[in-house]
Amino acid sequence: MKRQFVKGMKHGVPIMLGYLSVSFGFGVLCIQKNLSILTAVGISVTNLTSAGQVAGVGVIAAGGSILEMILCQLVINLRYSLMSLSLSQKLSPSFTLGHRLLAGYGVTDEIFAVASAQPEPIEPAYMYGLILTPFIGWSGGTLLGAVAGDIMPANVTAALSLMLYGMFIAIIIPPAKKNHKVLIVILIAAVISVIIHFLLPMISSGFSVIISAVIASVIGALFFPAEQQERGEGEA
Amino acid sequence: MSIVVYIAVMAVTTYLIRVIPFAAVRGKIKSRFINSVLYYIPYAVLSAMTFPAIFFATGDVISSSVGTVIALVMAYFNLPLIVVALSSSLGAFLTTLIIQLF
Repeated sequence: MKRQFVKGMKHGVPIMLGYLSVSFGFGVLCIQKNLSILTAVGISVTNLTSAGQVAGVGVIAAGGSILEMILCQLVINLRYSLMSLSLSQKLSPSFTLGHRLLAGYGVTDEIFAVASAQPEPIEPAYMYGLILTPFIGWSGGTLLGAVAGDIMPANVTAALSLMLYGMFIAIIIPPAKKNHKVLIVILIAAVISVIIHFLLPMISSGFSVIISAVIASVIGALFFPAEQQERGEGEA
Repeated sequence: MSIVVYIAVMAVTTYLIRVIPFAAVRGKIKSRFINSVLYYIPYAVLSAMTFPAIFFATGDVISSSVGTVIALVMAYFNLPLIVVALSSSLGAFLTTLIIQLF
């Protein structure tokens, strides 16, 4: 039991280190958007997701509606449903409903990837350990970023607010280089998003992300469906 | 609207998305179309969130664009996330300083 927990924590350490930097960028972004340090950390602690949080902060900053917030999170985080679904097949019999309700909170892209790669069925203790270390990295990094954003000069904070977008680019470009289908979907999403921004300014940023991402993904799925092996390795 | 309401709505929506299939659903999704959409969604979302927002991120189009180009080139050469992110910020910061000199 305890051994499983420690093993999970160890497996979570590389994820924690990666999360530290991404969430640092998120913390800076929150301050940039005039949110408080407490709000930034509160969002990270309760959500544990990068893209959804950035879009959510966009909705908050723009004073968007609750419906917009729900749709936004639904579209952006829908992939987690697939991951949870896939992971649910790998759980050990000791994973009772209570454990599932608790551990479901921590299904992220990276935690899912590590958990799926385990050769044996997943124990609750292992899963909790695997969630705990990345959780610390995610919340801690947000706190550091928000504090840094608060005390650093405005021009430094402005430059640092590029960090998160830089990371998004670093996430999507390498797979796009290898897989032309991904590249096309990325380009379609970017083009639609740019068109909406300049030609349809009444559409808010949250809805713009939803519309662009859904149209691009549906076009991708209709005209060049992903192969089985591609779908197995979700990364972003 | 209160910020707490926003955060609560965000958190509950995200939680339910994760936990419902985890707790309730058994069996695999068979539809190739739905699986493909779910496969492409993360890339499309990140792309739509990045463009065109990245060009205004620093509050100034020139320094943001310099940072964007740096990020694209470094990402193309598979450099680690943190290196890409920091170089992009550094490039934008230096650009701002140079602009202020003139």
